[in-house]
Amino acid sequence: MSIQHYQSIFGNAATETRQFNTLFVIFLVVCAIMYLAVIAFLILGLVRRRRSDAANTVEEGRHHDSNPRMQAGLIGWAAVVGTGLVALAIASFVADRSMAVAAAHEKLSITVTANQWWWDVQYNAADNSKMVRTANEIHLPVGVPVHIYLKSNDVIHSFWVPSLAGKQDLIPGRENDITITPRKLGIYRGQCAEFCGAEHAKMALVVDVDSYSDFIKWWRHQLEEAAPPATPLAKAGYAFVTSRNCGACHAIAGTPASGTVGPDLTHLASRRTLAASMPMGEGNLYGWVADPQSIKPGTRMPTIGLEPDQLHAVVAYLETLK
Amino acid sequence: MIPQRVKQEDERLARERAKLARDGPKLKGAKLEARLERTWRRPPGILGWLATVDHKEIGRRYIVTALIFLALGGALAAVMRLQLAVPDNNLVGAQRYNELFTMHGSTMMFLFAVPVMEGVAVFIIPLMLGTRSTAFPRLNAFSYYMYVFGGLLLWGAFALNIGPDVGWFAYTPLSGPQFSPGKRADVWAQMITFTEVSALAAAVVLVCTILKTRAPGMTLARMPLFAWAMLVVAVMIIFSMPAVALCSSMLISDRLIGTNFYNAYEHGDALLWQHLFWFFGHPEVYIIFLPATGFVSVITETFCRRPIFAYPVVVLALISTGILAFGLWVHHMFATGLPRVGYSFYTSASMTVAIPTALQIFCWLATMWDGRPRLQVPMLYVIGFIVIFVIGGLTGVIIASVPLDLELHDTYFIVAHFHYVLIGGAVFPLLGILTYWFPKITGRMMSETLGKIGFWMLFLGFQLAFFPMHFAGLLGMPRRVYTYPAGLGLELPNLLSTVGAFVVASAVVLFVINGLFSLYRGTIAPQNPWGATSLEWATASPPPPYNFAHIPVVESRTPLWDAKGELPVVTGLRVDEKEILLTTVVAAAPDLREPVPEPSLWPLIAAIAVGVLFVSSIFSPWAVVFGAIPAAIATAAWFWPKELKRHPEPVIS
Repeated sequence: MSIQHYQSIFGNAATETRQFNTLFVIFLVVCAIMYLAVIAFLILGLVRRRRSDAANTVEEGRHHDSNPRMQAGLIGWAAVVGTGLVALAIASFVADRSMAVAAAHEKLSITVTANQWWWDVQYNAADNSKMVRTANEIHLPVGVPVHIYLKSNDVIHSFWVPSLAGKQDLIPGRENDITITPRKLGIYRGQCAEFCGAEHAKMALVVDVDSYSDFIKWWRHQLEEAAPPATPLAKAGYAFVTSRNCGACHAIAGTPASGTVGPDLTHLASRRTLAASMPMGEGNLYGWVADPQSIKPGTRMPTIGLEPDQLHAVVAYLETLK
Repeated sequence: MIPQRVKQEDERLARERAKLARDGPKLKGAKLEARLERTWRRPPGILGWLATVDHKEIGRRYIVTALIFLALGGALAAVMRLQLAVPDNNLVGAQRYNELFTMHGSTMMFLFAVPVMEGVAVFIIPLMLGTRSTAFPRLNAFSYYMYVFGGLLLWGAFALNIGPDVGWFAYTPLSGPQFSPGKRADVWAQMITFTEVSALAAAVVLVCTILKTRAPGMTLARMPLFAWAMLVVAVMIIFSMPAVALCSSMLISDRLIGTNFYNAYEHGDALLWQHLFWFFGHPEVYIIFLPATGFVSVITETFCRRPIFAYPVVVLALISTGILAFGLWVHHMFATGLPRVGYSFYTSASMTVAIPTALQIFCWLATMWDGRPRLQVPMLYVIGFIVIFVIGGLTGVIIASVPLDLELHDTYFIVAHFHYVLIGGAVFPLLGILTYWFPKITGRMMSETLGKIGFWMLFLGFQLAFFPMHFAGLLGMPRRVYTYPAGLGLELPNLLSTVGAFVVASAVVLFVINGLFSLYRGTIAPQNPWGATSLEWATASPPPPYNFAHIPVVESRTPLWDAKGELPVVTGLRVDEKEILLTTVVAAAPDLREPVPEPSLWPLIAAIAVGVLFVSSIFSPWAVVFGAIPAAIATAAWFWPKELKRHPEPVIS
């Protein structure tokens, strides 16, 4: 994966974007030919009988003259433009149909629920104990068609990972879906593509396309409960998190914290990003836990004013949630 | 059996009628002009200035006001470009940035692009058609005042830090009561209401002016193409504005009295907004673009010394664009998950609308081919228009395709696309036509040298600012983000765009300097400096308050080129009262002599009353009830019959 294609339409990393790229090239070629024809006509028309004389005089008796071949030219032009557009429309429909067909062969089903301003990700399974819930990060096995159901808890958002597929809106009161078949291992960034309020720019997600065995390994790990804290500091953090109201919004499997309003924290520290916008790391954890309102003003997570020793403890505990 | 008394009265009136002053062999030349001047000039003083119903004054004010909003909207764009110049920038925060792009879009669409086209039309259409006034001149004044008040509301709110922050499209439920508490979204919605009323009023004025006040002999088939474009646009406004009036009123009532039209959890529908908004919003693009095609036709004709090739094709292209524009709105909604078969219809419609535009472009190019082009400043703007707009049109074909749009939708590719279409397609022709009609508006020519420098700065700066945006979009940059992270390859395109934006800003400043300089120091313009063919050039520059001493008669599509010597005229209009000649809709045969209303302060007072109603209804639903009373009084006073005495011929005082 080159860095340029981390979040780029030319990532070519899934069946859907490959179809996009082929179609885009077809359109680009046809449009470029049309454009060159117009510009050539313009330049020739301008230089042919260009005047530089100062007076705008009437060409006596000739001002209604027109080249007799121009009428045929107009009809020819209409035919060329019409044919070009019909050809492009057909190419577009064919690509659209083949993308729709892929949706019929789903192997893996995920529900993504958008919130202001983060992504709730849930791997669906018939058996509740096999369901995985995470946030702002999706792991996919390469070569497997995945069906993603899209919902919103508040306003309209749009799910978009440019390297993998086109976008699809998440609309309150409706359920949309999109199918992606990843073809290339790699890490791909996406972000919300419909203006969704103050922190719209800070609503990113990461898609990690793994080999099938790595994916299964990750999935098994995600099913595990959080390990109990070992160090005294982490224990103090655990005590704080479970005794205060953190659990009203956040869930940590294996602890009393079981809220569903905010992101699931069970394997927080193993994720690549924090708060849908920053790289995961101790520094950013400190910043976010201490004062989320200054990092993403308007976010639902309150700044509660932790004492320094409380902050150290909470961050130490969160770092154990691998 | 007619009573004797009535008969005597009729005879007296007939005798008086015979004595009324009319233009004709007995009253012509300087004497006629002095008489007309006395009848048509506006009353002196500030009250006279406010009461004017002269279409030229209203048109000028429209244009100047719209250009001020262009400058304000452009200044916001400059700040946005500074914020986006480098990644992870924090020059303005997220909240302020959201206000900036909301204000930029709303100002450019509602306070600049549509009003400036209406303003140019209000100024020039009566001159082009050879008449003395628009139809319903008081409605015209009312329209201008409503527009100004809408603009003051939006910018006043912004100055008070309660400016809207939900985008110029204000999607629900983000703009609804739950997610946008406070008054920001209400300010936006009421600004829309002002501009709806204003645009509808102007549209009615234009339709009636174009259909009923053309000079005798100017049949529909001889009407200048700009008048055709404005006729189509005005009808489009009449059909599209009700959709946005409906959806913004529903938004206001959701916010003000909890109606839940857009609340998905109370049996409303969040997507309903998008359907209604884009049913207006897509035609809106053509409401901005079609007048510009009229400008292009006017300039091409004059500077190539040929009438536009295949006139009927151009007219049909305008009309079919106007109709097709109403069948495209869903292409703004390809990512919303509507049925795919339905999408195919809108893809086809979106591609079809390219055909009439392609035909118009062929007709302009054929005119250049047949004619003898001369590259003066207005013509340069036409060339810039074609070079830029066609790129925007072709990227439009690209995003009409559903699979392509799903990637490109709401990215900087779209930002590039519509700036190519709107700046290339509308602002370039507008600057060309302002240069072209500047002598008619002010009586002086604009500087050709400054004009050429400005054109090239604008043309090159535009490319630098907007071409890299295509790449930013393809590299994954969504619209409406206040910043972007480093390392995605977005640094270079954004920096180039910022540099280009400042070149564009300098070019606009240069245009304004050229305008102001030429206003006081420019060469005095003759009646017809460009040797053009339409009727606005058959009167002095600037025109007297009565436009034409005698109403001209039109015998061809290019009257001033075909006239040998003086234009033929009709006579017999009253000169002691304001009067215009109405002609039949298709053939433009003389039909009626119609009195024109005197200047009046009531349109202004009515606009103030309605404005107070609109603004106070942001705060309380009761304002609709109590605010209706002064509005009703003002409107009643506006139409109150002032005199019940019978005149020999009807007058409106």
